[in-house]
Amino acid sequence: MTDILEVARQQVLHDGTGLTEAQALECLELPDDRLDDLLQLAHEVRMRWCGPEVEVEGIVSVKTGGCPEDCHFCSQSGLFASPVRAAWLDIPSLVKAAVETAATGATEFCIVAAVRGPDARLMAQMREGVAAIKEAVDIQVAASLGMLTQEQVDELADMGIHRYNHNLETAKSYFPNVVTTHTWEERWETLRMVGAAGMEVCCGGIVGMGETNAQRAEFAAQLAVLEPDEVPLNFLNPRPGTPFGDLPVLAATEALKIVATFRLALPRTILRFAGGREITLGDLAARGVEGGINAVIVGNYLTTLGRPATEDLAMLSDLKMPIKALSQTL
Amino acid sequence: MIAVYCGRCGEPRESGHPACDRAMELEPPRYCPACRRRMVVQIVPTGWHARCSEHGELTG
Ligand code: SF4
Ligand SMILES: [Zn+2]
Ligand SMILES: [Zn+2]
Repeated sequence: MTDILEVARQQVLHDGTGLTEAQALECLELPDDRLDDLLQLAHEVRMRWCGPEVEVEGIVSVKTGGCPEDCHFCSQSGLFASPVRAAWLDIPSLVKAAVETAATGATEFCIVAAVRGPDARLMAQMREGVAAIKEAVDIQVAASLGMLTQEQVDELADMGIHRYNHNLETAKSYFPNVVTTHTWEERWETLRMVGAAGMEVCCGGIVGMGETNAQRAEFAAQLAVLEPDEVPLNFLNPRPGTPFGDLPVLAATEALKIVATFRLALPRTILRFAGGREITLGDLAARGVEGGINAVIVGNYLTTLGRPATEDLAMLSDLKMPIKALSQTL
Repeated sequence: MIAVYCGRCGEPRESGHPACDRAMELEPPRYCPACRRRMVVQIVPTGWHARCSEHGELTG
């Protein structure tokens, strides 16, 4: 049998065609002693099809907690006995967060709300907040507000939201094990409208929720059909009080295989390290950035803390990877 | 403020909470250490603040 990494070298690195679902599964099932080869190839693919720049982003929660949905990993669902209480961020604090994010060299600032979809109050807050940010600082504003109607898609595009995040979270076949209050297809529909309206599509998910390698490969293949501009990869950080609160943290080797495989399945996407990387990878984060990752979230997350931005920026400088500048993204 | 309760699990601090202490390196407190009320916590990229209706604000 031909070695999958030989096949991938020709198909993905040279021809730019992502792995199929079956090929992705083969990569995920490679033994640990092939991990270095897998990461090396993923790195070459990233350099060839994306270049050396790393996109830096900061995120902030404008409405925290009290969400009516039941995503089993999420401490912001109001349906679980999670200690996270509802909170709203005011506009001056939102602008301050954007200014501080830009000061790190980040080109993206993503405003996130824990909702099924936005209501009139949240849309009004967004309109005012985005205008105030654009007045104060030069940074691209992204948003993640759940499922949208066509009118809301148009309104966000009109506000100048440049990228919209909505994660499919996991493979279609595993989604009912993770969320029961809405469907994978409903999420897909929002993503379709976002792309059609000309906003960049950001869609990823969380690994380590009990899904199989076959389902990880399925998810990678489903993302490849969607062709998102960005794929944020989260690693489950089990949250107290949630249905997934007692799941084990992914092994670092397994997490790195997933990173590299997603790069090989999605050669041109912006593949971002998102939540859970600290507890999953610890000091091995740099291996992911040399194994297919080309974007990071700096600073804190929505309900948990990250490393200080300065540490990540120092890591990128050690790796001789330049930070993507605003002029390259406009 | 004397930490009578664990900021992560809200239980009395009289015994040690090594797992909570480790976890709290990467998460803000959720329970007021003085009265164990759940606090309203806001995280921003560069920090966080947590407010107890009785005991005021903690920041980090
Ligand atoms: S919709 Fe978002 S905020 Fe609400 S429970 Fe699901 S992941 Fe959490
Ligand atoms: Zn505790
Ligand atoms: Zn208190």
